[in-house]
Amino acid sequence: MAEAHDYKAIGTRPVRPDGVDKVTGRANFGADLNLPNMLHGKMLRSPHAHARIKRVDVSRALAMDGVYAACSGGDFPTNERTTDLAKNCMARDKALYHGHAVAAVAARTPYIAERALDLIEVEYEPLAPVLDVDAAMADGAVLVDENLRTNGDASKPPSNVAAIVKFERGDVEQGFAEADVVVEVDCRVPTAHQGYIEPHACTATINEEGEATVWCCTQGHFDVRSLTANVLGKSVGEIKVIPSEIGGGFGGKTIIYLEPIAVKLSEMSGRPVKMVMTREEVFRATGPTSATHCRAKVGAKRDGKITAASAWLAYEAGAFAGAPVGPGCMSILAPYDLEHFSIEGHDVLVNKPKVAAYRAPGAPQAMHAMESAIDDLARELGMDPIDLRLKNSADEGTQAPYGPVFPAIGFRKCLEATKAHPNYTKPKAEGTGRGVAAGFWFNIGMQSSAEARLSEDGTVTVVEGNPDIGGSRASMCLMAAETLGVPYETVRTHVGDTESTGFCNVTGGSRTTFATGLAVVQACEDIIAQCKQRAAATWDVDVEQVDWADGQAIPKPGVNVDANPLSLRDIAKNAGRTGGPILGRASVNAQGAGASFSVNFADVKVDRETGKIDVLSFTGIQDAGTAIHPAYVEGQMQGGAVQGLGWALNEEYIYDENGVMENAGFLDYRVPVASDMPMIDTQIIEVPNPSHPYGVRGVGETPIVAPLAATSNAARDALGFRIADLPLSPPRVLEAIDNQADA
Amino acid sequence: MSRVHVTLSVNGEPREMLCEAHQSLLDALRDELGMTGTKEGCATGDCGACSVLADGRLVCSCLMLGVEAEGMDITTIEGIAQGSELHVVQRKFLEAAALQCGICTPGFIVAAKALLDQNPNPDETTIRYWLAGNLCRCTGYDKIVRAVQDAAQELAYEA
Repeated sequence: MAEAHDYKAIGTRPVRPDGVDKVTGRANFGADLNLPNMLHGKMLRSPHAHARIKRVDVSRALAMDGVYAACSGGDFPTNERTTDLAKNCMARDKALYHGHAVAAVAARTPYIAERALDLIEVEYEPLAPVLDVDAAMADGAVLVDENLRTNGDASKPPSNVAAIVKFERGDVEQGFAEADVVVEVDCRVPTAHQGYIEPHACTATINEEGEATVWCCTQGHFDVRSLTANVLGKSVGEIKVIPSEIGGGFGGKTIIYLEPIAVKLSEMSGRPVKMVMTREEVFRATGPTSATHCRAKVGAKRDGKITAASAWLAYEAGAFAGAPVGPGCMSILAPYDLEHFSIEGHDVLVNKPKVAAYRAPGAPQAMHAMESAIDDLARELGMDPIDLRLKNSADEGTQAPYGPVFPAIGFRKCLEATKAHPNYTKPKAEGTGRGVAAGFWFNIGMQSSAEARLSEDGTVTVVEGNPDIGGSRASMCLMAAETLGVPYETVRTHVGDTESTGFCNVTGGSRTTFATGLAVVQACEDIIAQCKQRAAATWDVDVEQVDWADGQAIPKPGVNVDANPLSLRDIAKNAGRTGGPILGRASVNAQGAGASFSVNFADVKVDRETGKIDVLSFTGIQDAGTAIHPAYVEGQMQGGAVQGLGWALNEEYIYDENGVMENAGFLDYRVPVASDMPMIDTQIIEVPNPSHPYGVRGVGETPIVAPLAATSNAARDALGFRIADLPLSPPRVLEAIDNQADA
Repeated sequence: MSRVHVTLSVNGEPREMLCEAHQSLLDALRDELGMTGTKEGCATGDCGACSVLADGRLVCSCLMLGVEAEGMDITTIEGIAQGSELHVVQRKFLEAAALQCGICTPGFIVAAKALLDQNPNPDETTIRYWLAGNLCRCTGYDKIVRAVQDAAQELAYEA
């Protein structure tokens, strides 16, 4: 494979092809579509965190002038195969969290629809809610689901613990016995929301033959198609999904909430139905990620060699099983080469919204615990935290705690780059604290399809099926241009709907540039193969005697052809005479996604009067494999860092004792604003992934993993003692300072 | 329900619309005039995605009623470029990769233009505080702030 510096297109920073439409207001997002004769749908949501639904009567709402349809759980197929997702879209016999959908209406205007909700009669039998993992795991806890048994074991009594997962190696007791120093942290991280700025939105229409079309903002329209079909009891082929531009997702738009309801209301009314969530609904009923309780323990010899590590993790799943505790367990020790460890994770139901994926799902909370412990260990040993990590770091050939042996990985290079970074070698300012932490994410491959269509003037249209959430069209164009040997400007990438392109898994798992990129490269290679055949036919030589270089077919060295090279443009122009249109295609199930490691460090200052922590500087160093469009790689690193900083410093769902979220708006669920943050310095490390033609690893998720512990460790350094729980919000920090002064 | 006839100027063009009394300027722009470039992120004035200029003043259009726009000059994202020429802030956003998903971008561009109109040479802190009413969840603000700095620099060079 070529070295990065040999690339012509890859590694450059051109303007993205969809850019102009996004800076002028032309780009159409989820709520921007309006259809003739369209109705507006609104959802009625449970006012109780836990209640039996005895009766739902929509008749008075339906009788209201301007209301055309109303539905509730009874209008959707319900049997033993009904999925949790279907029950989350519309409650059946129980409302499981405050904000759970229980009915919906469609009316001429959103205002009428909202007033009609007041006319829906619901008879509830309120039940006591269970609101955190400790309460949910206690003996005699209220059960969220009376039929749930841990790991599906029918011999066990019902429990809120949906699953227990374990990862072990060696003899952890022996490992701790060998240690000279053992440290332990016990910490809680509250619920946080992805906080995408665009609320969920969709418009649906269905005809008399049952063929539905859905427009929506999603990270994966093929998944919207199959999930909507599942909830409605329809076949996948009856539903077409057209993705709009997407205003952020971070994992939260990989599932569905509104789409089947809008289709149902359209079916009932015979008219298109648009549904748009309010911000309050987004907070109460979508996302978020798990609140967690984690314990991490690590022991080492005096020289810093870690002899054992263990972790106990409990993750809130919300009202249905499926907390990302598995990936939490699998990532928590991934940066280290260990002989003895044990990890146990718990997936725990509580009466809160069903969690959705959030950027490296499960890893930030788990690694916050372990990286805090590693930091304490470095202090106990009197070692530099980077040196301690270098002494124990995973590298090529290390068996990951979750099983596979790492191929080439960039963790050591990230550590070495940190030690040499000017922000790290520079002494911290007086009265400030510095904290370091490691980050990791697996990244995934999975299925993607792509077409590369050669137009008659030699320009190329790439069509693939991954919504562009942060510049992926530009990355696809760069990889296509590089492969074909043509200028970036001659390639355009379009995101096709479910009928105009082949299947693609979601834009998630940091897979798009890796897996869909692989499909795009292969589709372009297909074009090249066809172009070489056309050239061979034109020159009357064997195709084996034709090469492809710099965007043109040339005779192989030594092949005597009395003709000029044929450019992509020449071949395109003559395609009609040489065999017809040229269309490259590829579909892949991409294997070998490359793990991405990072090191982050922060300098913070704590105001001891108010408890406010200011981030003075933040540096992210991460292995991208190869940075296809470095500006968007930096953007992922910076954006993930600031999301992580928000989680570390401020963001949390605040519940009252009845399970009602008290801060369901951006005023009180305070995400970072520009004036809270410094510039975010980045350094991209490039250790190419051997499983991708250009070495791509995927970069989107790792950036959010390390900031939690880096911030906690920096605060520890500034304060002189550790606050284990997050967020490090002014009230918590102030209380800890006061308690410390009293002690 | 009776609707209110509102006469206003949008991006320099005289317009009329029929608004419901409770309808926000944001909803009126989007639903009555079909101008969907202005976005809703919260409808409570906390995210700035709906930023417009009302008689030159930066406002959240979700916090203003459509009927309050009677007689006003409203500038939306659709009016920032001049014909086929992008405003320098728009150009610098593209060059600096200052957008990822792009939903907050219209609001940021309207807000940044308003800043540079009244303070062509803001320092980083001024830019950060001016833009503190606009939420971006993708970029971490770094490249947005740099794009505004770049735009200010180009404006200074041209002046």
